[in-house]
Amino acid sequence: MSEWSTYTLADLLMFSARTYWRLLQLYNLAVWPLQLATLALALAIGWCARRGDGRAAAALLGLAWLWVAWAYQAQRYATINTAAPWFAAAFALQGMLLAGAGRLSLQPGGAGLAAIGTVSVGWPLLGPLSGRPWTQAEVFGIAPDPTVALTLVLLAFAPRGHALLWPVPLLWCAVSGATLWTLHAPDAWLLPGLALVALLVRWRG
Amino acid sequence: MMPPLSPRRRRLLQALLAAGAFAPLVGARGAPATRSIPSSGEAIPLVGLGSWITFNVGNDRAARAGCTEVLRAFFAAGGRLVDSSPMYGSAQDVIGEALRTLGRPAGLFAADKVWTAGAGEWQIDTSRRRWRIPRFDLLQVHNLLAWEQHLPRLLAMKAAGQLRYVGITTSEGRRHDEVVRIMAREPIDFVQVSYNAVDREVEQRILPLARDRGIAVIANRPFRQGDLTQALRRHPVPPWAGEIGCTSWAQLLLKFIVSHPQVTCAIPATSQVAHVRENMAAAGGPMPDAALRTRISSLVASLL
Repeated sequence: MSEWSTYTLADLLMFSARTYWRLLQLYNLAVWPLQLATLALALAIGWCARRGDGRAAAALLGLAWLWVAWAYQAQRYATINTAAPWFAAAFALQGMLLAGAGRLSLQPGGAGLAAIGTVSVGWPLLGPLSGRPWTQAEVFGIAPDPTVALTLVLLAFAPRGHALLWPVPLLWCAVSGATLWTLHAPDAWLLPGLALVALLVRWRG
Repeated sequence: MMPPLSPRRRRLLQALLAAGAFAPLVGARGAPATRSIPSSGEAIPLVGLGSWITFNVGNDRAARAGCTEVLRAFFAAGGRLVDSSPMYGSAQDVIGEALRTLGRPAGLFAADKVWTAGAGEWQIDTSRRRWRIPRFDLLQVHNLLAWEQHLPRLLAMKAAGQLRYVGITTSEGRRHDEVVRIMAREPIDFVQVSYNAVDREVEQRILPLARDRGIAVIANRPFRQGDLTQALRRHPVPPWAGEIGCTSWAQLLLKFIVSHPQVTCAIPATSQVAHVRENMAAAGGPMPDAALRTRISSLVASLL
């Protein structure tokens, strides 16, 4: 136990920033134009949640988690990160929880829908704004971070969202934030910050 | 024809060679200087190649091809020792693919590690298949993990002719007390530790013990995972670096390490062909003496 305290995040890093973003780039190119479909899926989820069809919203969101579990975590990320099979299992569990028992109806008001729209459209812009090419954009339903971000928004604004739906997204915020921070990504703080805001909104709501 | 040595001169020369006083021994023109592994007398180049992070590129075809070119340049410059680990993601497989593409060089010195407790033989065989080689030259217990289980197995493999050398590793100054205990008691051939111009703790106990026990030393993290070269980049290389043939900070840092008489080999990792050539060049030419080594260390520390 005492030895583990001597390790820093950089000691645990297995890959370079170039490799990390190249992995996303090659994945994006391989599945294009699926990104357009998943963006439409994000809007459909928002629409269902806004209309009060929380079961449909959660089921559609669960599909996105299952896809990211298989296509990103298990098929791609696992080639450079030995912990990725565990991430894949966690994402698959979250997908099944959402599809099986989720109920994500937005509370009245436009804030939730606006937040969903902002995350869906805004997250893919982060990469290019940080100086990375468009082909490395992170899109909902393709990359894990925007998928988790949109989930947190729904959980924050859905009063009947089950508490069991929170742990995996929150854990991923810690994992991804630590990874990006170690890779010196300027937006490393964003997902952990969003998690805190989501918890605050849920707690106050 | 050289005149025969007198018995006295011969004894003196043998004593100096045994003590490593003439190391590094410069090889043929253009070849890297070498230093002997104490347990066997086999000479290996002072600079090897690490693979942590740089060779973990997954299934990226372009990046894998880049790693192959790094290895091609490394072997072309006379390099031999390549170091990896089962905990370096896809690095072993990337090395194996490069070796298949290049044709396994006769001089390859394959160094790897074992680390998962309870999975020793399976892990070693998996690593060997990823490298696509019949056997490893050196296997090390990674970060001393479960070393009580692994070390007897590795020593038995060596006794059976399935392995040439056995070692242990640590990094960043961890568990030095335990490293010293193992070095003092176990018949290991190699110890791998972090050593560079600013991380010099091993000079106190581990390097002297390596000399006394006849254990070869591999120096990892020569650039602190790139942090040293990154931090020094904004400063000009001192003019006196030219006296020992250094044109870059990386070369100055490497020469500091390999000029220590107890260091057998430093293993910088890189993904760039230009850097591997620059690193290999640091294994040759004049080396800093004790005074210059102190000057290098003081300067680097003052610039960080």
